[in-house]
Amino acid sequence: MEFLLAIITGLLYAAGLYMMLRRSLVKLIIGLIIISNGANLLIFLLGRITKGHPPIIPGDSKIFTEIYADPVPQALILTAIVISFGLQSFAIILIKRAYQVVKTDDLDEMNTIEEDYK
Amino acid sequence: MLIAILTGFLFAILLFFGGKKLVNHKLALLPTLIPLGLFVYFVRFIGEVSNKEFIHKTYEWIPSLGVNLSFTLDGLSLLFSLLITGIGTLVFAYTSSYLKGHEYLDRFYGYLSIFMGAMLGLVLSDNLISLFVFWELTSISSFFLIGFNNTSEASRKSALTALGITGIGGLLLLGGGIVLGNISGTYSITEMLAQKDFIQGHEHYILAACLIFGAAFTKSAQFPFHFWLPGAMKAPTPVSTYLHSATMVKAGVYLLFRMSPLMGSTSFWNNTLLIVGLITMVYSAFHSIFRTDMKGILAYTTISALGILVFLIGLGAHESYLAAAVFIIVHALYKATFFMMTGVVDHQAKTRNVTELSGLRKVMLPVAIAGLLAAISNAGIPPSVGFIGKDLIYEGTFHFEHSAILLTAFAILTNVFISYAGYVAGIKPFIGKLPEKFEKVKFPSFFLWFPPVLLGTLGFIIGLFPVLIEKSLVKPILWSIGEDAAEVHLKLWHGITPILGLSLLTIASGIILYFVLKPSAKKEAFITKFEALSPKSILENFNRAFSKFSVLWTRIFQNGYLRNYVSVIILFLIALMGYTLVDGTTYKIDYASFARLTVYEVVILTILILAIGLIVFAKSRLAAVVATGIMGYSICLLFVFYSAPDLAMTQFAIDTLTVILFVLVLYKLPKYLKLSDYKMRIRDGILSIAFGGLISILALEVLAQPVNSEISDFYAKNSYLLAHGKNVVNVILVDFRGADTMVEISVLAISAIGVFGLLKLRLKSVERYQK
Amino acid sequence: MKTLILRTASNYLLPILLLISIFILLRGHYLPGGGFVGGLIASIAFVLHAFANGLKNTKRLLKFHPGYLMPVGLAVSFLSGVLPVIGFDEPFMTGLWMHDAIPVLGKLGTALFFDIGVYIVVQGVTLTIIFTISESA
Repeated sequence: MEFLLAIITGLLYAAGLYMMLRRSLVKLIIGLIIISNGANLLIFLLGRITKGHPPIIPGDSKIFTEIYADPVPQALILTAIVISFGLQSFAIILIKRAYQVVKTDDLDEMNTIEEDYK
Repeated sequence: MLIAILTGFLFAILLFFGGKKLVNHKLALLPTLIPLGLFVYFVRFIGEVSNKEFIHKTYEWIPSLGVNLSFTLDGLSLLFSLLITGIGTLVFAYTSSYLKGHEYLDRFYGYLSIFMGAMLGLVLSDNLISLFVFWELTSISSFFLIGFNNTSEASRKSALTALGITGIGGLLLLGGGIVLGNISGTYSITEMLAQKDFIQGHEHYILAACLIFGAAFTKSAQFPFHFWLPGAMKAPTPVSTYLHSATMVKAGVYLLFRMSPLMGSTSFWNNTLLIVGLITMVYSAFHSIFRTDMKGILAYTTISALGILVFLIGLGAHESYLAAAVFIIVHALYKATFFMMTGVVDHQAKTRNVTELSGLRKVMLPVAIAGLLAAISNAGIPPSVGFIGKDLIYEGTFHFEHSAILLTAFAILTNVFISYAGYVAGIKPFIGKLPEKFEKVKFPSFFLWFPPVLLGTLGFIIGLFPVLIEKSLVKPILWSIGEDAAEVHLKLWHGITPILGLSLLTIASGIILYFVLKPSAKKEAFITKFEALSPKSILENFNRAFSKFSVLWTRIFQNGYLRNYVSVIILFLIALMGYTLVDGTTYKIDYASFARLTVYEVVILTILILAIGLIVFAKSRLAAVVATGIMGYSICLLFVFYSAPDLAMTQFAIDTLTVILFVLVLYKLPKYLKLSDYKMRIRDGILSIAFGGLISILALEVLAQPVNSEISDFYAKNSYLLAHGKNVVNVILVDFRGADTMVEISVLAISAIGVFGLLKLRLKSVERYQK
Repeated sequence: MKTLILRTASNYLLPILLLISIFILLRGHYLPGGGFVGGLIASIAFVLHAFANGLKNTKRLLKFHPGYLMPVGLAVSFLSGVLPVIGFDEPFMTGLWMHDAIPVLGKLGTALFFDIGVYIVVQGVTLTIIFTISESA
């Protein structure tokens, strides 16, 4: 199962990178979202996966009696998910504004580097 | 003593708050009290120091590294302290008139006080590291002072050159200090002295000496690093007086003086100093006679004088040390006079060109007197103190053990040039006919003409009564570098000796040269032609080439195309990691685990793969957004399966919100356009697949390694016992790693504020224009 | 999207979803849930209401700009961390607990208040973003 998940993670990264390499701004954002999902999955996977044993101590005992899923990657990913929402919304709005101002979606046309030299 | 050093810094901080009020017209002389007070403070030590009672004070700073603020007040430090505070007093008073009403007078005083504090720290430090710190502080304050007219490009450039050269020197000093510290196991110069023989015999002695030389030569403007000093003349004249003739540029000389009992009297040390000093003094004295700008002349003679000092230290004999000690005093007295006089001329007549100036004695007699006094002392005509100084220099060279004649000849040549330059700068502007355009020149105010006259007169008083400085200053200096000073007797008249003949020869040749050679713009143009070969232009060419190279480099790598950056980074990553992974992975595929796959998992994974494919190949934005949503929900389901209910809930909520967000702005976003051609897509596709493959292999590699669950176990074990919670993920978030979460929610808030700001705040004028 | 069914439903859904979100927040220490998820669910509740009834009505319902929730939440979280320092001379963010358990909530401690702060901040952030965007979109 880990094997399949590793492949999926790779696939997410590949798709995200491919989208980021496009010239369209919207695709860049989507690529960003895919890569952040891929990263979450990668961290999750590297913490080893466990089926059916969430890291929650059963009702009446004070410590774990059985195996449990690793809680540390989960805590990491949980905040990462929320933060990535902040990042995505900021990026989306940034694009919207950039589009309003420069009237182009083409990353290449947004370049101002030639003017900077003069 | 620490307080004395820190006073300058404290005053600068004070100016920062109430500067404008503090230096306004009525209180203009207030800052002068600072150096005056310090001068009085240091004068009180003369008694003790002249009885060979040197003062040591240590304040602990970083004792574990052997870096302490330890200060020593011996003859050498005392001389410099008195110069710094004494000339400082005059310069501060002079500034109050010179820059009267200047908008940033408070800043100027701030920089000057910082410099004064730093310079005091430099000459009093016994610890090489603290010496380095103060050394750099003087460089920085010098940078600000040279660039004080920050609206002029030439000023800024000169300031940068000066900072560059002296800054590099500072680094070399740090290097030298560390090498010496490693050799001897201490940073205290006093303690190093006890290990003199060990240090000189050490294999790294040459390295340490070279580093110290580098520091001293850059700071004291020795050839080939001399060119920053003429450039530094862009600074207001008080700065040139204070930093670039009397004190800061002598820091290098001070360092050599200070180190010579420790590292000196080896042939490497002495010969290097001898040769560098000799080249510098002759080269820049020769240059000085062709200049027409008064400050330019003075700058080159200053370099020459510094060359003489280095040369004398290089001679390394008793007589030459004595000569150097006296010459420091002599030079400080007459050169400061020169500079202040030049400043007055510049301030009143608005020009410093000697070919234009003449007859100014009719409008500013006291200044003319100051110029005359300085020129006489500079030329070494009795009864000025300059005569004693020059006398001792010839004494030093003439009695040197080998090639005495040659060295003396060079010294005479240098002195002839210097005295000629002195006449041109100090006498020529004041004699002759007063041109019409200068008739309206106003008489300078008291604090402009008094300080140079005072200093010039002082030169004569000391010349007539050399005993004034003999016991109080000169002997303690020799003691502080471990020389015997019992036989030192400063006298104006030595009887008829060969030295007297040499002095007379110098004076006569100088005067003859003055009548033969007239300064003119043509001659200056002639000598500036050689600048093309000078170290300055070499450095400038290097700088130009370097910035061209930087532009080229930036154009290639910082080309502004995001995908190029990403591609380069990813390619590099793939190459680097692929290289190590090429040996083959250790992961074994467990085929049995496939049999345990449930139908749900298979379905989810299939959906996930389909969603990814849909995102990549979607033709419209809406399809891509919907597919992104599907991808998110599938991952959410994966979390459900693999025991992460918290994650599943969060992912679900966030995914919903992301889709809502996209839907809200979708129609405001640009339509999908097919911008890249087929070839580019293939190329990017290959790169992406390689990257994805790399990540997969990496993940499998890591999975093949044993897992360290120490941290997780700690949290799991103590979750209920310590934090009374049973949901370990939540306990980590709010309790164990609560501070992290605190920062994370702050970041979230910042992103929301960013969104709000981007959308709600008003457009800038540029954007409105484009609308 | 302003169908009658949705509008009617959302009026009931809002309080229910808010209750659920608080429930999830409070039980977070013992069972899946917590401030992050709770805050998100609460924001979804408001967003749903805004979709059905229009943004203006939701804003009227809220009575203040959701942006104010962010500093409030941050302050709650921060104070719960500082409390041990000023009150009990313990290091920053030491968990303090009451001795007796309260029914439903379990033991009460500073961690719960910290989580409440997170809940408020997340709500403030999400609503600020969504509201700002839908206003200017």
